[in-house]
Amino acid sequence: MSRRLRFNIFRYNPQDPHSTPHTDVFVLEETDSMTLFIALTQIREEKDPSLQFDFCCRAGICGSCAMVINGRPGLACKTLTRDLPDEITLMPLPVFKLIGDLSVDTGTWFRATNEKIGSWIHTRKTLDPDAREERMDNALAEEIYELERCVECGCCVAACGTANMREDFLGAVTVNRIARFMLDPRDERADKDYFEVIGTDEGIFGCMGLLGCEDVCPKELPLQDQLGIIRRKMGWRAVKNLFGLK
Amino acid sequence: MDIEVTDILCIGAGLAGERVAVEAAAAGHQAICLSIVPPRRSHSSAAQGGMQASLGNSVMGEGDNPDVHFEDTVKGSDWGCDQEVARLFAETAPKAVREMAFWGIPWNRVVPGKSTYFKGGEKYEKVEAKEKEGLITARSFGGTAKWRTCYTSDGTGHTLLYTMDNKVVELGVKVHDRMEAVSLIHDGRTCMGVIARCLSTGRLKAYLAKATLIATGGYGRIYRETTNAVINEGGGAIIALDTGVVPIGNPEAIQFHPTGIVPTHILVTEGCRGDGGTLLDVNEHRFMNEYEPEKAELASRDVVSRWMTHHIRKGLGVKSDYGDHLWLDIRHLGEKHIKTKLREVDEICHNFLGIDPLTQLIPVRPAQHYTMAGVRTDKDGAAYGLTGLFCAGEAACWDLHGFNRLGGNSLAETVVAGRIVGKKIAEFVNGHDVQFDTGLIRANLKREQERMDRLAGCKDGQENVYEVRNAMQEELMERVGIFRDHDGLQKAVENLQGIYGRAQKVGLRSNGLGANPELSVALKINGMVRLALCVAYGALMRTESRGCHARLDYEARNDRDWLNRTLATWKEGDDLPTLNYEPASQVEELPPGSRGYGATQVISRDET
Ligand SMILES: Cc1cc2nc3c(=O)[nH]c(=O)nc-3n(C[C@H](O)[C@H](O)[C@H](O)COP(=O)(O)OP(=O)(O)OC[C@H]3O[C@@H](n4cnc5c(N)ncnc54)[C@H](O)[C@@H]3O)c2cc1C
Ligand code: SF4
Ligand code: SF4
Ligand code: FES
Repeated sequence: MSRRLRFNIFRYNPQDPHSTPHTDVFVLEETDSMTLFIALTQIREEKDPSLQFDFCCRAGICGSCAMVINGRPGLACKTLTRDLPDEITLMPLPVFKLIGDLSVDTGTWFRATNEKIGSWIHTRKTLDPDAREERMDNALAEEIYELERCVECGCCVAACGTANMREDFLGAVTVNRIARFMLDPRDERADKDYFEVIGTDEGIFGCMGLLGCEDVCPKELPLQDQLGIIRRKMGWRAVKNLFGLK
Repeated sequence: MDIEVTDILCIGAGLAGERVAVEAAAAGHQAICLSIVPPRRSHSSAAQGGMQASLGNSVMGEGDNPDVHFEDTVKGSDWGCDQEVARLFAETAPKAVREMAFWGIPWNRVVPGKSTYFKGGEKYEKVEAKEKEGLITARSFGGTAKWRTCYTSDGTGHTLLYTMDNKVVELGVKVHDRMEAVSLIHDGRTCMGVIARCLSTGRLKAYLAKATLIATGGYGRIYRETTNAVINEGGGAIIALDTGVVPIGNPEAIQFHPTGIVPTHILVTEGCRGDGGTLLDVNEHRFMNEYEPEKAELASRDVVSRWMTHHIRKGLGVKSDYGDHLWLDIRHLGEKHIKTKLREVDEICHNFLGIDPLTQLIPVRPAQHYTMAGVRTDKDGAAYGLTGLFCAGEAACWDLHGFNRLGGNSLAETVVAGRIVGKKIAEFVNGHDVQFDTGLIRANLKREQERMDRLAGCKDGQENVYEVRNAMQEELMERVGIFRDHDGLQKAVENLQGIYGRAQKVGLRSNGLGANPELSVALKINGMVRLALCVAYGALMRTESRGCHARLDYEARNDRDWLNRTLATWKEGDDLPTLNYEPASQVEELPPGSRGYGATQVISRDET
């Protein structure tokens, strides 16, 4: 016998003058291998076509569909209903600006952050595309890839106590991004350059180390390790700065 | 009136759109990209396997060069491609890969010494050269003579797109995400920009540009079963076709990928087979080696998809609630390989199927995957029909792929074409001044607003947009899929014409306010059905089999009558496209011959 699932979904359309924040309830029969993508699409197509949410790849790859699922941020498309109780409460991610219902604006947040930390390879070299590429150790390439796997879904930010309290906190995702560039020999920035962007209360020193971020990361990135490494490096840098050392 | 003016407007912020914008910005022009989703969510991020470039660093790619890559590409296309473009592409791909390395891609690198690999379930050994250590390595993909597919684990599209968007951020190129183009502004000769609808507020905005680029990717979502993202609904092709003067090239050329998982059709990469995975039937018996002794699982996609469908029709598929399927077996590749090189595959199996590919078989069946079809351009990326309009990436029919794209050639196309077309657009903008006609812009905005109001007010009827869309998807899936014939196609065309009538009577059930998702689909539904009709009608008229276009009633490739490209335009008021044809290739470096895999029946040019 299949279950009847009860969905409590946060509703609010800021573009509709008659809309106020409230919860709508929808009931669905559970089907085999049902994901929240399948369920929400069915609700939109069969019950309420105004329901807003964001899916794109529906394969857990693109990071579009983060929302708070029974109190916990996660990717809706790769959440199977069979792993949830009969009653499922869905809320939009906090911290990010609400667009409507379950849809939030992560694009603006990530673009601004990437601008702030200079999320690209900083180099003075120029490229000769006809020359052979520079060599890199494969193990190092794989290590960089490991950190590059972040999909900017925003789950770690939404789960973070500091980010929920202070708007300018860059979050574990950004620390992880910095760690990725620090590993990469193609990026010529020195520790002190990184310190300027991340060695602050908005950055690594705002983190209270409560682990909320790593628990919810759908890509299982080693966020705690990276926070630890960067905290040590930046702590050391702060001491050096105090004594005017290079 | 909300209006923004720029030099270059890229509709799309996937790899192709952003690569063009980067080139334009580097040349000192102002560029804006529009996108339905934040740029890094574009479907390019979903590409797993890799991109082709003939670096020849791996021992398995020794002796590779652009000539071999060119030849593989032309054969893969079943001689449907433009050979001048294929040549340009093969020559540029190595530069593009190195450029991406310079910008930050952590490409996998050559590890010297002995290692093992699998081919068709058998274990082999290779020895990588010491002097190649640390250079960009490659893996094997279908339809290639050499290991040529450069990769980062199985997140190649992801790393490419993140690196490209980093470049976009570095250069200060603006990306207006959640901004969907709904029509082109043009006067029948010149394109002046687009009308777009903001997907946060629902409001319309006009973008005016000296040059407009369509880089909206593929449109698999006109089919029921597709590996594509849900946003791949053909926005770019629709607004081009709407002009009445810009043609879609080879609309009937639609690729099916052998390994979509059942039931969700999420792709597991060709890298699975490239790395030695095999296909098994209901008896857990390997069969591709029987149909294709030479290439087995690694024949081109069209060929493998056809044999799989054939095998299922012989009753050798595995029965399931979601229809018959076959098995993909990667168990023998081992834990280390699967957990590193095929990690996304591992995740997909666990998350969406609840199985462990280390010990269990993966249920797969061919699913729609790629549109070789697209807005027809010349080799500079300039669209036929309107000046100031360009197109690149999967949205375009440039035409590198002809009737079948090789795995790994599409990511390569986005960055190679982006580079080439970007330069050409920058040149074009330098020598080009447009007068923006304010009356025309106002009229366009008014027309789109009225269209939205009519839908919201159910002025034309109350057809349910989702039901109409589902009917269209069903029709293409059932009759315009892997195997085609006259009767089925004829019926599909007739049914789609009926569906087109319904599409014109769509009315919203919700209020249409703000970023209303029902309105987004409703604005596209007419265009989607028109596209579907182009596919079905193009397929009906092409009485031969070539690449992915397999006619049961015309099994031979017919070079005498059909070595050409379909050009479909849509005249206002019609309920069928107008089809014209042009030669497949002006330049013929490699004359039509045998592909070396697949069925071999060919009617040659001089046969009478
Ligand atoms: C699952 C999967 C795996 C793949 N794996 C490989 C592989 O391993 N190797 C390979 O070579 N190829 C692969 N491909 C193919 C390849 O990924 C795509 O062809 C390629 O990435 C397309 O890039 P693009 O820039 O043309 O389009 P996309 O990346 O799809 O970008 C399209 C852009 O257009 C925007 N857009 C669309 N419509 C509108 C509109 N109306 N208004 C404004 N913006 C709009 C979107 O928001 C997006 O930004 C794969 C494809 C799929 C589906
Ligand atoms: S460990 Fe730091 S970054 Fe992570 S959730 Fe806690 S405060 Fe936020
Ligand atoms: S670090 Fe993990 S949780 Fe945070 S944005 Fe990246 S993928 Fe999402
Ligand atoms: S839709 Fe892409 S991760 Fe969920």
